[in-house]
Formats: sequence, structure tokens, C-alpha cells
Amino acid sequence: MEEISNLFHGFAVVLQPYNLLVMLVGIVLGVVIGVLPGLGGANGVAILLPLTFSMSPTSAIIMLSCIYWGALFGGAITSILFNIPGEPWSVATTFDGHPMAQQGRAGEALTAAFTSSLVGALFAVVVITLVAPLVALFALQFGPAEKFAVFFLAFCSFIGMGREPPFKTVASMMIGFALAAVGLDSVTGQLRLTFGFTELLNGFDFLIAVIGLFGIGEILLTMEEGLSFKGRAAGINPRVVLQTWAELPRYWITSLRSCLIGCWMGISPAGATPASFMSYGIAKRTSRRGDNFGNGEIEGVIAPETAAHAAGTSALLPMLSLGVPGSPTAAVLLGGLLIWGLQPGPLLFIEQKEFVWGLIASMYLGNLVGLVVVLTCVPLFAAILRIPFSIIAPIILVFCAIGAYSVHNSTFDVFMMLAFGVIGYMMKKCGYPLAPMVLAIVLGDRAEEAFRQSLLGSQGSVAVFWSNGLVGSIMALGLIALFWPLINEGWMRLRARLPRRVL
Amino acid sequence: MSDVSQGRGPGQRAVETGVGVFAALFGALVVVGGLQVGIGWGAEGPRPGFFPFYIGLLIIASSVLNLLQLRLTDGRRRFAEWSQLRQVLRVLVPTAIYVVAIPYVGIYLVSAILIAAFMVWLGRYRWPFAVAISIGATVAIYLMFEKFFLVPLPKGPLEELLYL
Repeated sequence: MEEISNLFHGFAVVLQPYNLLVMLVGIVLGVVIGVLPGLGGANGVAILLPLTFSMSPTSAIIMLSCIYWGALFGGAITSILFNIPGEPWSVATTFDGHPMAQQGRAGEALTAAFTSSLVGALFAVVVITLVAPLVALFALQFGPAEKFAVFFLAFCSFIGMGREPPFKTVASMMIGFALAAVGLDSVTGQLRLTFGFTELLNGFDFLIAVIGLFGIGEILLTMEEGLSFKGRAAGINPRVVLQTWAELPRYWITSLRSCLIGCWMGISPAGATPASFMSYGIAKRTSRRGDNFGNGEIEGVIAPETAAHAAGTSALLPMLSLGVPGSPTAAVLLGGLLIWGLQPGPLLFIEQKEFVWGLIASMYLGNLVGLVVVLTCVPLFAAILRIPFSIIAPIILVFCAIGAYSVHNSTFDVFMMLAFGVIGYMMKKCGYPLAPMVLAIVLGDRAEEAFRQSLLGSQGSVAVFWSNGLVGSIMALGLIALFWPLINEGWMRLRARLPRRVL
Repeated sequence: MSDVSQGRGPGQRAVETGVGVFAALFGALVVVGGLQVGIGWGAEGPRPGFFPFYIGLLIIASSVLNLLQLRLTDGRRRFAEWSQLRQVLRVLVPTAIYVVAIPYVGIYLVSAILIAAFMVWLGRYRWPFAVAISIGATVAIYLMFEKFFLVPLPKGPLEELLYL
């Protein structure tokens, strides 16, 4: 029961007035980020990361994680009212959310979306509270080979589980690894891949990459598509909220299933976006009213929102306990840890108890506060979207530049940000996923270090990755994830060939 | 969406070919960089170039496969229309000038100019309104970063003049 007392200690930390203020500021900023086109969870957190440099690590992580929760909430507002998914993971919410708004049931859809977000998030936080300390304890025994196997699993699931063409995912990921390798070699201290440019001594900072790839790239895309907002009025009042709440328990099976899908997809770094699609698809197949999905079915809002939030939240579990982020935003938070001087990984649970449990407690409280904020302020946030893009866009550009500059107080970084922006635009247009690249830039050095240390220990024999049951089974899981599409197809063919009565 | 209604522009396949070739060249660069620092076995285990070398090979291999897969795509698809690309350039060019100007002018003045110019040029607002918004936004950024969160930003001659 040590976890419970730790958790209560965490609540005591979070309930300090300053931390509460920081939490509220974070939530509001997060919703704004989620609502605005061109600003998403990952780059929003990256841009605002410098704001926390003068804070204590605990306050800083509370603020940043609350920005993340806020962004998750905000995405639902734009998808339901404007049919514009503010975030990729809210695309599935538009399928039924926007038709509901068109029928004048916007309040109902919004309440259902926000509430199921909260349910998904709380489920994931409970999982984190119970499981993360155990995973961390377990991971403390990991040697370099096991560490590398965990990285291997994370990256393989990206390739096998992602929706993008696998070789594009590989290309994008490997370019990320290559960028991470530039500069000082972390093992020997030797310079490499700089080709004589002193600016590249310290390599590429992934925060710059995130701001460029996601922030600038997204603005260029929005500019090309030429946005015109045609929104629905957001009629939300206490009566609608209570009515919807009374209706929601009926869909508990959908909620529970979506929670489980979300947690699974969030912990394995598939992320919130596929989780929301998968949850929507399964709900459509199993629901009695499945035929009506797409015409404004409340269950079609509950399923993707619950899963997206559960995935978004549980992405922090591997980040905290293993030091392997489950999503680009979790990767940015992990980058924050490094900047504040904390070493991510299982030791965090022993050496930085206040920090870890403060963060977990803030997840409970932040999501509750978030629900209250979004329910009461929907019209306000919807109004932000009515500000013309020609005013919002340059302001976002300025914020991106400030964010990129203040990571290292370097104007060269701002230049790099713009370069990454153009790269991000081209990659996105050509169907290359950006998330694997970002994760590879973040984890590249540590994955390489683990790989080289394990080879050093085994005197160069690759067999070290199969040398005991633990590392062997993690590697095997990785290979299964890598070849999942092939395995799945083979299984389907096998099943189609077998006569029906055998099954 | 019929083919007739689409405007002219570069083809998707052509652009993707370019991106694939570019990625493969980047991979080759990484391989060369890896070879420069050694890819063999040293006193400290694998030499620094070991990892980048194989990463570079993987980049080349996956790019080649991507290029081969391009043959399966619809060759008539457009990457974007010229008018759309013009829109993109209308953001990209001012932003490039903005980024280059920051070290010399300081971030505040050039940000205000960017916001105002953007509003007038792309949003067709009148100058007084645009200038008011841009100054307001810049002052808000100043207060937020320098005063509330204590993050110093690059300053230029104007800020020195104002003793900020």
C-alpha cells in the first residue's frame, strides 16, 4: 500500500496554490492549442516548454502535462462543431460528432465527448498508478540488452502497427536515428557526421524538430488547403449535460472496451490516433445500431474519444517507468525531464518520488479540472476558431520561433526549425509519418548506447539479444509487431481456406 | 472530383520520386559520415561510425523500396495545384526573411512587422488595424515571456533604445 500513501503525498504537492494555478493555466493553454489549427499537442508542449525553465521540475511537469490534457480535450471541440479535427486523434470523432451538431445536438455530442474523454483518461491513470511502479521495479534489473530490446519493441510496433506504408515509416525512423547520431558520440565523445560544421557539434535537438515538423509544417499545409470555417453554434447548458450524463451509463460496454483498446495502444507506442479509429471500428461492428453510425450516433462519439484519451494518457506509462515515450507528446515531456536535469527511466520512481507522484496526482486532478473548464467555456473556445487564419497564422509562427530560440538561446535553431518545417510539409504530403522520426531523434542516442554496450558485453556477438528468456521474449514480441501485417494476412487466408464448421 | 476540374500542378509521383532520391542521398551521406569515423571494432566496442553506417544503409534500402512502390500509384494524381503552392510560398518566403532577420533586428520588432504584413497581405486588412493587432500581440508576448515566465528573447537596436 506504499503506492497509496505516495499518491496522497502527490495530491498534497499538487494542491499547493501555485501548482493549482499552473494547472489551470496549463489546461486553458492546452485547450487553445487543441482548438487552433496548426498547433497540436506535441508542438504546443514543445513551444511552451521554455516557459517552465524557471519553475521547479514538479510544477513544470504539471503545467506541461495539463497542456497535453487540454489539447486532448480541445481537439473534440473543433471536430464536433466545425468538422475540422484539431488533432489527428479526433478525426474519428468527426464521423458522428459533427452530424450530431448538424442536427442541433451539439451540446449532447460535446458532453458525451468530454465525459468519455475523462472516463478514458481516469481509467488510464488508474492503470498507471497500479502498473507503472511495478514495471519500474521490474525494469530496474534490465541490463543494456534488455533496454535495447525495449527500444526495439517500441520501434517495431511503429512499423507494424502504423497506418502508413511500412517502408516510409522505416525511412522516416532511420532518418531520425541518423539525425540523432550527429554531433558528439555519447559513448566515446568523438565527433561524427558534422562534416566540419561547428553548428552541428551538439547535434539536432528534437524540440526544434518537433516545432518545425509539426508547427511550421502544419501551417504550410493549412495555407495550401485554404481553410474556411463554418461552425455550428455550441448550445451547451446544465440540463443537456445532466440528460447526457444520465444516458451515458447505458454504453458502459463500449466505454470499457474503448478504455482497454486505448490503454493497449497507448502503452505500445501505436498512439492515440490508431486507437481512436480501431475503437470506432469495433464499436460500429458490435453495436446494435451500428448501421446508423456516421449519421450522429452518440456511441460513435464515445468510442473514439474514450480510446484517444486512454491512449494519450497511458502513453506516459512507458515514458515514466521505462524512459520510452509512447507518443510524440510524451517524447516532448521526456525531453523536458532531461532539460530539468532528471534522468528518465525506472530510477525516477526511487530517486524522484515527489516528482513522479506529483505528476500522477496531477493527472487525476488535471483531467477533472479540464472537464469543468471545457464544459463551462465551450463557446469561448469556439470563438477562437472564428478569428481569421491570417491573424492566427503569423502569431503561431512567432510563437514557434520563440519556442525554437529559447531551447538553447540560439538563433541558428530558429533557422533549423524552418528547414524542418519544409521537410515536415513535404513528408506529410508524401505520406511519410512524422512521429517515428521524432521518437527516433529522442531515443536514438540511448538506443544506440544500449546496443553498443550489449555488444561490448558479449564481445560482438548478436546472440546477446537472445541470451536469456526475458530479452528473448521482448525481442520476439518486437519481431511479431514488426511483421504483424503479414502474420495477420496469413491468418486471415488460413481461416478463409478452412471449412466453416471447423471454427 | 473529376480530372477536368483539377488545376495544373506537379504530379504526386514526380514529387515523391524527388523525396525518395533525396532520402537515399541523405542515407549515402550518413554512410560516408559513418565510414569517416570508423565502423569496425575498437577498444570501446563498436566504433562511433558503426551505428550510423547501418542506419544509412537502411535509409538507402527503404528509399529504394519506396521508389519501386511508386510504380503502383496513380500517375495522374497531382501533388498540389500551382495556385496552392503559391499560397504556401506566400507564407514560406516571409517566414524565411523573418528567421534571417531575427539575429540582427531582435525578435520583437520583426515579429510585429511579420504579423502586420501578413494581415495586410493575406488577410486584406487595413494598415491601422493590422498595426494595432501586431503591436498588441508583441507587447503581450513580451509581458508573458520576459516578465511572467522570465525567459529572455533576442533583442536588437530598438529594444536597446527603449532600455528594455
